[in-house]
Amino acid sequence: MSSPRLGAPCLLLASSLLGGCGSQGILDPQGPVAAAERLILMNSTAIMLCVVLPVIALTGIFAVRYRSSNRRATYEPRWGYSGKIELVVWSIPALTVILLSGVSWIGSHELDPARPLEADTPPLRIEVVALDWKWLFIYPDERVAAVNEIAVPVGTPIDFEITSATVMTAFFVPQLGTQIYAMPGMSSRLNLLASAPGHYPGFAAHFSGDGFSDMRFVVHALPPAEYAAWLAQTRESGETLDEAHYDALARVAAKAPVETFRTVSPGLFLHALRSSMQPFASAAGG
Amino acid sequence: MFGKLTWSAIPVDQPVPLAAGLFVALVMLGTVLLVTLKGWWPYLWREWLTSVDHKRIGIMYVLLALLMLLRGFIDALMMRTQQVMAIGAAQGYLPPEHYDQIFSAHGTIMIFFMAMTFMIGLMNFVVPLQLGVRDVAFPVLNAISFWLTASGALLVNLSLLIGNFSRATWLAFPPLSELQFSPDVGVDYYLWALQISGIGTLLAGINMVTTILKLRAPGMSYMRMPVFCWTALCSSMLIVAAFPVLTATFGMLLLDRYAGMHFFTNQDGGNAMLYFNLIWIWGHPEVYILILPAFGVFSEVIATFSSKMLFGYRSMVLATLAICVLSFMVWLHHFFTMGAGADVNAFFGIMSMVIAIPTGVKVFNWLFTLFRGRVRFEVPLLWSLGFIVTFVIGGLTGVLLAVPPADFVLHNSVFLVAHFHNVIIGGVVFGAMAGYNYWFPKAFGFCLERRWGIASFWCWLLGFYLAFMPLYLLGLLGMTRRLQHIPDPRWKLLLEVAEVGALLILCGIGSTVVQLIVSIRSRKERRDRTGDPWDARTLEWSTPSPPPEYNFAVLPRVRGIDAFWDLKQQGPAPGGETAHYEPIEIPANSPNGFVTAFFAVVTGFALIWHIGWLAWLGLLCALIVLFAFGWIPRHGRPISARELEHAEHARRVGSPA
Repeated sequence: MSSPRLGAPCLLLASSLLGGCGSQGILDPQGPVAAAERLILMNSTAIMLCVVLPVIALTGIFAVRYRSSNRRATYEPRWGYSGKIELVVWSIPALTVILLSGVSWIGSHELDPARPLEADTPPLRIEVVALDWKWLFIYPDERVAAVNEIAVPVGTPIDFEITSATVMTAFFVPQLGTQIYAMPGMSSRLNLLASAPGHYPGFAAHFSGDGFSDMRFVVHALPPAEYAAWLAQTRESGETLDEAHYDALARVAAKAPVETFRTVSPGLFLHALRSSMQPFASAAGG
Repeated sequence: MFGKLTWSAIPVDQPVPLAAGLFVALVMLGTVLLVTLKGWWPYLWREWLTSVDHKRIGIMYVLLALLMLLRGFIDALMMRTQQVMAIGAAQGYLPPEHYDQIFSAHGTIMIFFMAMTFMIGLMNFVVPLQLGVRDVAFPVLNAISFWLTASGALLVNLSLLIGNFSRATWLAFPPLSELQFSPDVGVDYYLWALQISGIGTLLAGINMVTTILKLRAPGMSYMRMPVFCWTALCSSMLIVAAFPVLTATFGMLLLDRYAGMHFFTNQDGGNAMLYFNLIWIWGHPEVYILILPAFGVFSEVIATFSSKMLFGYRSMVLATLAICVLSFMVWLHHFFTMGAGADVNAFFGIMSMVIAIPTGVKVFNWLFTLFRGRVRFEVPLLWSLGFIVTFVIGGLTGVLLAVPPADFVLHNSVFLVAHFHNVIIGGVVFGAMAGYNYWFPKAFGFCLERRWGIASFWCWLLGFYLAFMPLYLLGLLGMTRRLQHIPDPRWKLLLEVAEVGALLILCGIGSTVVQLIVSIRSRKERRDRTGDPWDARTLEWSTPSPPPEYNFAVLPRVRGIDAFWDLKQQGPAPGGETAHYEPIEIPANSPNGFVTAFFAVVTGFALIWHIGWLAWLGLLCALIVLFAFGWIPRHGRPISARELEHAEHARRVGSPA
């Protein structure tokens, strides 16, 4: 049983190795949501390893100690009940689960995706539309939009409102935390915050058809000044995103390059939400 | 005339599925040709295709499961290879439209036609023997169940050669699986194959529940039943409760696709969230339908090879029943990220963890069964030890995924993929292999070769760790599941390790095949004349190997748990073995299952391709066959008391025991 013993600590080992090097993914959180989720992940793993490691060890110990060739070991073929042991074997998993239930209950409430994050600055609203197979991000207050790219100021909470214009998929930026489904005809809320500048990969996390693997974007978390510059530059270049342009974008089922739009017609998100429910000649991809 | 079916349905432009389809077709044709040339048809028809003997049907279930394991594993190997080859800018050798079919088929085949089929096969073979009875409650229905399952498997594999399979994942999530986004026949293959086999599974569940509740040897009270029978009962009750939900869910999706309805469409008030809830209300009990019988196998194997009573029998029964009930109260943990409120998420998270309590108790009870035993390291026990070690890791990551905030970042990642392979391979497959090695001598009268069995175990065990530990890591690094190409070149090494693991598992499967061939060739030396090669504890081992078609000449009298062990220790009960023989009747063979299933395949195929007249004709024929055979009174073959006595006497004299 040598290799299985490597299995469980593998997680911790990897966490320390990869997380320590500040590498990537959910081991390398760059915001309070992701950091809290990693902490819960680590704590829960540690709590459970307290039970799992002894069980793995005992399996090996019992199997070897009571091997049939070891005639010195006690043999009690009719021993099949012990109240004390029964009490212990029901208590250990029960206590572990009670502990983890507390972690779960508190964590679920504190990290509820719809719950606004506390910060000094007011949140930045971004509307997200999943298309086949690209992401459209609309800044309703700034009146700009981008495909497959988000720029956000560091330290500002982002209030995402997410829908899909085609099939279901999920919006996920591992280093910022929580993913949430993007669903046609519905909008999901998600609050995230980037606490350090950087470029964080995001993608569709729920399979959505043939172009799924290409449905990726980048979150540029920028210092406030750089974010202002990005905004200014975006307003000066690119095209206007009106309903006709949106419909054209939505109709082509293919991956798309990064593109920004200087201005967005008001209510475009609502248009996207509604158009997913239209009879499919107009809403569906080609 | 032929609906949507044209010559273009044959994928001549796609070499990979065409080759695979042709290969399968050639193997099937070759088998048919061989059987014809050798003149085996009468034997096959009489002894197998029309058999209603639960043992024969159980063996056919397991054979089907092993074949589907090969098919599903080839899919797995293709996926692993694609992901190793398609890193960065590379696109690998499988375009998305093909890759998406492969992962959909892999999941569908492995769950429905490998894991569940294997478990139902074991239950079919073992439960009546363990209960000390002569057959299941409804022998003909049992045959129908099996052949309908086989029909589903055939339809799924037919999609290789004619048309294509679903590209909408193994659960056909709408709206992707709706006509709007999946207009071809792939999803229809998926739906009709599973509707047909689903009826078979439901009937099998009803049959098993009835058998366990109504047919038990004299003295076999509920609390004297072997734990495997308890787990079979709970698993079958879950089938009876959950499969109608699946059938109704698929029915609604079919109405959307065929009749223009709007249960789950984007338009006209349809809602895919409804489908997610319904499919997982079936889907979570489904995992316990798979794992509970495996738990039963481990309970039998660990007690037998520790030469000791199972520790905590009552706890085991209670834990099994608790899991059975709780499994219906956790479905929402499959979509914590759908945006339900914190209270809902927390509730379902905690309920999911509560299942870990009875499961944990079971693990401890297995440990304390080893404790103060005399542990014999035979192949079935190795699988069981490998299971305990592997399964607790899978349990750990499972509870982790049940913590909603952790699931928010782990959901849909390959961490999740690693978790469920951890529990399904480490639990169900290891259980299936333990059961296969354990009961093989009972089924065929000779033991399987030991060294190849050990080789198979170690290849599977190490292969599993190599294949799936990297996926846990990749999930933490942010790799999502179902990727046709890999965006991050830094993941290459881990993916290569996973590929090596998959190849090692291939060696494990190869070892099992070699083990079978070697064992068959040397069967004369491995003949088991005792009927009890493992010094086992339950009633199936009190019969000769293989058991006669009536199982028991005289139904055994049960005085406690471990009825056969008891008999060996204390000798027969007063008057027990000298009991007088009574004439019995063996149920007659029936072509009902095979012929009904043939028409079910025709109907399913016609529906998939929208060939209306053929669908009606097939359905009509299936129903006529079903009811005609049902009504014709068929007398079984009587066996007189004298014949029974002679057979038993001959066995006693012939056996050294």
